[in-house]
Amino acid sequence: MELIYEKSVPGRRGVKLPASDVPVAAPLPEALLRAEPAGLAEVSELDLVRHFTNLSRRNFSLDTNFYPLGSCTMKYNAKVLENAAALFAPFHPMTALLPGGEEFCQGSLGMLYDLGQMLADITGMDEVTTQPLAGAHGELTGILLISAYHRAKGNRKKYVLVPDSSHGTNPASAAIAGYEVITVPTASYGDMDMELFRQAMNDEVAAVMMTCPNTLGLFNPHIKEISDIAHSFDALMYYDGANLNAIMGKVKPGDVGFDVVHVNLHKTFGTPHGGGGPGAGPVGVKKALIPFLPLPRIVMDDNGAFGLQTSRPGAIGRAANFYGNFGIMVRAYAYIIMLGREGLIRVSEHAVLNANYIKERLKPYFDLPYDQTCMHECVFSASRQLAHGVHAIDIAKFLIDRGYHPPTVYFPLIVKEAIMIEPTETESKAAMDAFIEVMIEAARTAGSDPQALLDAPLTMPVSRLDETKAAREQNVCCLV
Amino acid sequence: MNDSHYCPHTAEEIREMLSVVGASSVEELFAPIPPELRAKTFNIPPGMSEFETFARMQAIAADNSAAMVNFIGGGYYDHIIPAVVDHLSGRAEFYTAYTPYQPECSQGTLQALFEYQTAICRLTGLDVSNASLYDGATACAEAAMMALRATGRNRVVVDGCVSPFSRQVLKTYLYNQDVEVVEITPLDGLLNRAALAAVLDERVAAVLVQNPNFFGCIEDLSPLAAQIHAAGALLVASVYPVSLGLIRSPGEMGADIAVGDGQSLGNPLSFGGPSFGFIAAKKAFIRNMPGRIVGETVDRNGKRGFVLTLQAREQHIKRHKATSNICSNQGLCALRGLIFLSAVGRDGLADLARLNRDKAEYAKARMALIPGVAVLQSAPAFNEFTLFLPGPAAPIVTEMLKQGIAAGVPLGDYYEDSANALVVTVTEKRTKKEIDRLADALQANI
Ligand SMILES: Cc1ncc(COP(=O)(O)O)c(C=O)c1O
Repeated sequence: MELIYEKSVPGRRGVKLPASDVPVAAPLPEALLRAEPAGLAEVSELDLVRHFTNLSRRNFSLDTNFYPLGSCTMKYNAKVLENAAALFAPFHPMTALLPGGEEFCQGSLGMLYDLGQMLADITGMDEVTTQPLAGAHGELTGILLISAYHRAKGNRKKYVLVPDSSHGTNPASAAIAGYEVITVPTASYGDMDMELFRQAMNDEVAAVMMTCPNTLGLFNPHIKEISDIAHSFDALMYYDGANLNAIMGKVKPGDVGFDVVHVNLHKTFGTPHGGGGPGAGPVGVKKALIPFLPLPRIVMDDNGAFGLQTSRPGAIGRAANFYGNFGIMVRAYAYIIMLGREGLIRVSEHAVLNANYIKERLKPYFDLPYDQTCMHECVFSASRQLAHGVHAIDIAKFLIDRGYHPPTVYFPLIVKEAIMIEPTETESKAAMDAFIEVMIEAARTAGSDPQALLDAPLTMPVSRLDETKAAREQNVCCLV
Repeated sequence: MNDSHYCPHTAEEIREMLSVVGASSVEELFAPIPPELRAKTFNIPPGMSEFETFARMQAIAADNSAAMVNFIGGGYYDHIIPAVVDHLSGRAEFYTAYTPYQPECSQGTLQALFEYQTAICRLTGLDVSNASLYDGATACAEAAMMALRATGRNRVVVDGCVSPFSRQVLKTYLYNQDVEVVEITPLDGLLNRAALAAVLDERVAAVLVQNPNFFGCIEDLSPLAAQIHAAGALLVASVYPVSLGLIRSPGEMGADIAVGDGQSLGNPLSFGGPSFGFIAAKKAFIRNMPGRIVGETVDRNGKRGFVLTLQAREQHIKRHKATSNICSNQGLCALRGLIFLSAVGRDGLADLARLNRDKAEYAKARMALIPGVAVLQSAPAFNEFTLFLPGPAAPIVTEMLKQGIAAGVPLGDYYEDSANALVVTVTEKRTKKEIDRLADALQANI
């Protein structure tokens, strides 16, 4: 398809601007003026509509395809959440920061406060900040909170411990927060090796970052023991909430010893992924860390009025411009009140049921390195198919031709040729059965006609793309 | 009957699935969680229907004051949003997709992001852009870290005229790193160039400025760029994208990295988010860029296509050595930005910028007529300017809020000795009548 810039015709416009009702201002000094307008597109509104409508048709999406992308919780995004978010479009965030301005923002501030309370209940924490703008941003905020805690106590800490099954953002966030990362290997039982963990722990460890259930989809039965050991060194426990969808109402991170959690509203709480965001990564903390929470902090006074606390010694500062990705909070809030207690519990139950169903049905066809009852996702390996020269990526491309967005492949890094499947609770049995049949077909075809998988996909607007050329030429901006 | 929200299984289906799994109940699947760790309480209220949920959200929204006429900015701006932006970005094929890891079935998102990167490069006058960052404030921090990596130095100089929120986020990001942040106190609403010269040495990785700055002043960065480059440091400019329809681009002024918040490009105010951060740089710095980058390539048949590229910089490959921890970014908001820029178009953005400035200049002249009110005159302005009132601005702002006017942002909370200063923002949406009303109300309240 042509680029929008290739459709441009000089002088053409897509939007009529409001007419001016004021005099023309004296021009800016020459040195401040742009020599020429920026080379943006010049298209009519209809050209524009066709362009982006046709682009959208070159995407798989949740509304068009089953999308069992492990670790990403691609559940259905209820339409009413979009309508709810639109209600808040006109409200300016600075209003609440003006002297006396909070009074005019009681709806928004109260919603943020209530959302914080509900997330605190779900995760077993004492207070939540909604400021972080994604999961990784929550991790950074959370680890900074932990560093502020240690600083305040005069602790000298240098390291953050992560299991080798962790998501890449965990060590990356710890590094930006100023820590060295120690990676602990996974044992044959599918969780962080307890013996190696004990050896790795020392007085200079600031935090242990865990995902639970972990990225293999397994709940770590030693989690309490791990947090007890960590606490005995005054190291804090960080919970990557990417996998919270498995455990709502069943177990609370705060109850098993976690001190700081982030939750991905764009995973567990039904907000759309947007083709790469926006998401939101609110962070919950235990009491001892409340003094360090970023500002502004939403507070409620004795009369039930909501306000902003904008200064407090000890706070780590500010994680983002305002109060977080507010439109995402609106969606998540609506999702939680709509599903309610029973609904959220059912979400976790059905997410776990669906993952176990797919795991059991595909087990005969693919290697399952950690064969246990899983939580919300399961991780296979294409190592059996590799004997025929077929990699996980080839199975992924075959699925695309059959109309399925592939599972996550090559993550977690500890599973060779990983295929990580997370169906979520919103898929029907029929949808999963159809997917399972296609996976079985992929496994069979790997044996009978491996070339067919290596050639896939054939039905998309493009076949496999040359990534080496892209990286070598670094053509990241249209030059015409 | 099954009316459980979005969980479609019937009891019969659940039974069938359990028998395949070999469990007698769904509860049995939670056996890996030790019983003593199970949640004892769960206090979320009972659920409700979609209709009731929406009614509740309407009631919450109604608890805000919708009738406010905004003369406030501070990083978020009340601009027009053409209807096509909502309709096209609201296509579920865009908003219910994930990050385009599988390029063959994600060409829509990938091509759109490539076009977005192109728009950002052209707007900023720089060579390379990524596919978005979280917001303008975090983009400042990412740019500083990028400069620290690129230069191997350990000091960042930040102009006090940069948004206080961006400065706070920068300090928070660098809180625990071995980096010193040096802040320069503003002089007459401008960068104090003598003070900058005094701190510019071989330890400085970057100088971060904002243009137009928090006071609304536009500066010519070109002489500054030469001075900063002579010291071996990088110039990072945080810019307001709509202003670039009119103002010389950061690239033309010699900046090495440009960042900013994309809210003004087709994203609603929405009480502060979501919007997107953008970052663009000279090509030499591409390997130090944070976040996702889309690159052009060809498929097996030589057909053009797009992929995520230079992923070896990123957290999922480099882990603790990555250029940034960012993973999910603000893709859909960046798409909105692209649709906005493409709808407004090349000449349209120039007209839009001019319209903003015309309105602001009218407002400025109008305010200057109010006895006792002075206008900060140290530099030209775009659509924001600083007023000095005869007394503290805060109580006047409070009073005017009650009259439905958000008159401006008092500077007293952000700068010492600035209690009387008020920053007023006027976008193309404000009519002459509204501006006159602001002036009259201000006069009546001082
Ligand atoms: C396990 C895990 N942790 C952290 C993240 C990061 O979340 P985000 O993309 O919102 O930054 C992800 C998502 O990709 C994840 O799967």
